[in-house]
Amino acid sequence: MAVIEIKNVAKTFGAYTALHDINLTIQDQEFMVLLGASGCGKTTLLRIIAGLETATTGEVWIGGRRVDHLPPKDRGIAMVFQNYAVFPHLTVFENIGFGLRMQKLPNDEVKRRVERTAGLMHIDQLLKRYSGELSGGQRQRVAVARALAMEPDVILMDEPLSNLDALLRMEMRAELKGVLAESNTTAIYVTHDQVEAMSMADRISVMHKGEIVQAATPLEVYRNPAAEFVAGFIGNPPMNFLPATPKGAGKWAVGGQVIDGPQKNKALNFAIRPEDLRLADSGLTARAKVVEPLGAHLLVTCDIDGALFRAVLDSDMTVKPGDTLTLAPQPDRVRWFDPDTTRAVA
Amino acid sequence: MTAVTTDANPQDARKAGRIVYLAAVVLLCAWVLVPLYFLLINTLSSPEAVNSFPKSFFPAFDLGSLTFFANFGGMLSALKNSIIVAALTMVLSILIGAPAGYALSRFDFRGKELFRLLILLTRAFPLPLLALPLAVLFIRTGLDDTALGLALVHTTLAIPFAVLITFSLFSGIPIELEEAAWTLGCTRLTAFTKVVLPLILPGITASAIFAFVISWNEVFAAAVLTIENRTLTAFLLQTLGEAPLHLKFAGGFILVVPALIFIFAVRKYLFAMWGIANR
Amino acid sequence: MNARLLPYVLILPVTLFLAVFFLYPFALVAKQAFTQGAEFTFANFRDVASHWKFPISLKNTMLLAAAVVPVQLALALLMATMVNRMKKGRDLVLYVWTIPLGISDLAAGIIWLAIFEQSGFLNSMMSGLGLVDQPVNFLSYQNPMMVFVAIALAEIWRATAIMLVILVAGIGLIPKEYYEAAEVFGASPWQRFLRVTLPLLRPSLQTALILRVVLAFEVFAVVAALGGTLFPVLMGEIYSYQFDLQNGNAAAALALIVLGISIVFTLVILRALRVPKGATI
Ligand SMILES: Nc1ncnc2c1ncn2[C@@H]1O[C@H](COP(=O)(O)OP(=O)(O)O)[C@@H](O)[C@H]1O
Ligand SMILES: [Mg+2]
Repeated sequence: MAVIEIKNVAKTFGAYTALHDINLTIQDQEFMVLLGASGCGKTTLLRIIAGLETATTGEVWIGGRRVDHLPPKDRGIAMVFQNYAVFPHLTVFENIGFGLRMQKLPNDEVKRRVERTAGLMHIDQLLKRYSGELSGGQRQRVAVARALAMEPDVILMDEPLSNLDALLRMEMRAELKGVLAESNTTAIYVTHDQVEAMSMADRISVMHKGEIVQAATPLEVYRNPAAEFVAGFIGNPPMNFLPATPKGAGKWAVGGQVIDGPQKNKALNFAIRPEDLRLADSGLTARAKVVEPLGAHLLVTCDIDGALFRAVLDSDMTVKPGDTLTLAPQPDRVRWFDPDTTRAVA
Repeated sequence: MTAVTTDANPQDARKAGRIVYLAAVVLLCAWVLVPLYFLLINTLSSPEAVNSFPKSFFPAFDLGSLTFFANFGGMLSALKNSIIVAALTMVLSILIGAPAGYALSRFDFRGKELFRLLILLTRAFPLPLLALPLAVLFIRTGLDDTALGLALVHTTLAIPFAVLITFSLFSGIPIELEEAAWTLGCTRLTAFTKVVLPLILPGITASAIFAFVISWNEVFAAAVLTIENRTLTAFLLQTLGEAPLHLKFAGGFILVVPALIFIFAVRKYLFAMWGIANR
Repeated sequence: MNARLLPYVLILPVTLFLAVFFLYPFALVAKQAFTQGAEFTFANFRDVASHWKFPISLKNTMLLAAAVVPVQLALALLMATMVNRMKKGRDLVLYVWTIPLGISDLAAGIIWLAIFEQSGFLNSMMSGLGLVDQPVNFLSYQNPMMVFVAIALAEIWRATAIMLVILVAGIGLIPKEYYEAAEVFGASPWQRFLRVTLPLLRPSLQTALILRVVLAFEVFAVVAALGGTLFPVLMGEIYSYQFDLQNGNAAAALALIVLGISIVFTLVILRALRVPKGATI
């Protein structure tokens, strides 16, 4: 039962501004992912919500209560740390039960909850061990179990999977999503991995240089990026951009072609995802430079009037470097951005 | 001839190198141990044997010297004083030094560099010299010739080490462990007692022992600040001129033994303690 | 507790303590050194420096430091690199080599006295080997060189351990990859030592040298045990000004001189071994 509201939060470290005026509301039981490149301020924002860091200005509300002057323990949160922070001097059981003991719960209640969450995380066999006797993945499970055992209103996770190897990460991703969906907690999950974000999130907040550029559902962020940064950050390979000059009446000159677009009378950037292109008789004229067969697809890196341009084509196509391709953009997938503001143009 | 064979046979060269290396290790161990062994022989010989010539190279296991030491006027009380002063120093330096070590490892605060510099400066300072003016101050405050007075001066000696060593010990405990405890319902204080303290305790013990050894071994300030209540070092120094040899050796032996035990007790931490403190 | 105030609260005890037991007596020493009666004067320094024992004790202290510290540095470096490549018995060897760390200078003096005194082990050995008929009195005014050697050996024996500990700790912080990289690029063990270990060890070398040099100027009890008055050193002179001559002002002036020398050497070492900003591990 906890909505999280972040109001005008800013954070400076000396002369460096890590967060500019952040405003964000996270709904009850929502799974919110903070996504962004390393150093963009995700951890700082999460730590401000947790109470491990104080915002320079702004307010944090959790469950209708202003919490920014409360210590972490009084905020109704639990946190999973990037390097797990499993206490080395305690057994797995005592680690999971640590917060419960702090609340002075009776022994049998502690035992019940520890065993339940350990079961959820499939570590019930490890309860007697110490952290030194656990693998990275197991430690990660202990850290999550420890947070869940608190039955918190809000669970905060800072890149919890980033220290695991790829296969384990994929497995834990699904498992974590399932466990959290059942627990009815509001979750904030920090990651720099867009696949993780797309697959787990109810909503993604894309951060860039201390600002939230867009907060929307994964599909919305993918299909309708609010800014060039989002378009260039999300998707692998990312969106293509080409300069477009207005020809009047919603017609635009792009890469030697005339394309329909918005009614504007200034230069814009035309954008299209690589997979929304197909070979056709008329379209953008591109010279193939590098051809990478990826199994499922063929990734072709081309050049259009000196600009880099990628297309994902069917793997049956035969394209050689140096070929001239005519690429037709799927009309409803074309997006436009104002180069001055870098914002999307409707 | 040998040069040719070693050249032609790298196996032999490797073996020769290995032997030189082992010989050097053994030699250096002997360099440390043999003088200690001589002291042991002297301590475990009768006073007559200690003063006779030539010396036997094996101990006679005669407790004459040690008995003489124990019965020598003031020796045992000097030994007791040494222990009291060192124990006080140990407690004081940890109680005063550890909070600062914690602050250095966990906080960025204005004046931190200045503070570190002050601590380092005290380490580069002939501290026993400060005993001179303190002697006057102590007479005024009634601390003169007391165990506490000397312990305070020894604490000044031990504090730079206590701060830097606890600083490096605390730095070895990831801050995330404390933060995790905070998010799990701990206050700063309970997080410290439930998480940091259990992890740090062996290291703290080690640095406390280090403080003990510093005080136990200190000669100059002890000689300046105590008159009636001499510590063992001060007593030995004072009697160096007139005391018979067997008394000196027995006293030296009593000085050395706790040090041996303590260095053994803290050996695991000696290196960790110095690692980060240097940076 | 306000998180902004907490660090200051935590360093308050040390700061207060050092103010009372370090800065305050330091100010007193300084005041005492510069006054006679109630007057400001340099007379104490003049008296101390013109005393016939001053040049000798200064020379002795310096000579001893110059003889002892380089040997200790070389020995500690050698031991540290030897230990570093040791696999079996490392802990035991390190323990043995660090034993002197816990031994006071007075005890070290007494230990070496057992060797050098007239009925001591050196004489016993030499007469056993038939080198001498009569035990030689090494520690007498007839043998100033032997007194110096005995003191220097005792100092080297006692105080190499502290350097060893600092250097071993420092070497432990150097990642193995640097050595492997250097080896891949064809550096011999000796070159690796010169080009990788030594430069990366600078912070530890700094600490070790400062500590050792300052302590070398404070040499006192070893000398008292082995040389008595045969080998005057600065700290011993301070002691005798204070107690035998009851001249606190002169003792303070001499103390300031020792302090001045210590500071100069500290600064020189800091400068000579400074680590460029950003070049740390
Ligand atoms: N305690 C701090 N002091 C100074 N700068 C900091 C501190 N914490 C973070 N920063 C800076 O703030 C920026 C954002 O950091 P962070 O929130 O950790 O980024 P992210 O988690 O997105 O990688 C970084 O440029 C980082 O250098
Ligand atoms: Mg981060």
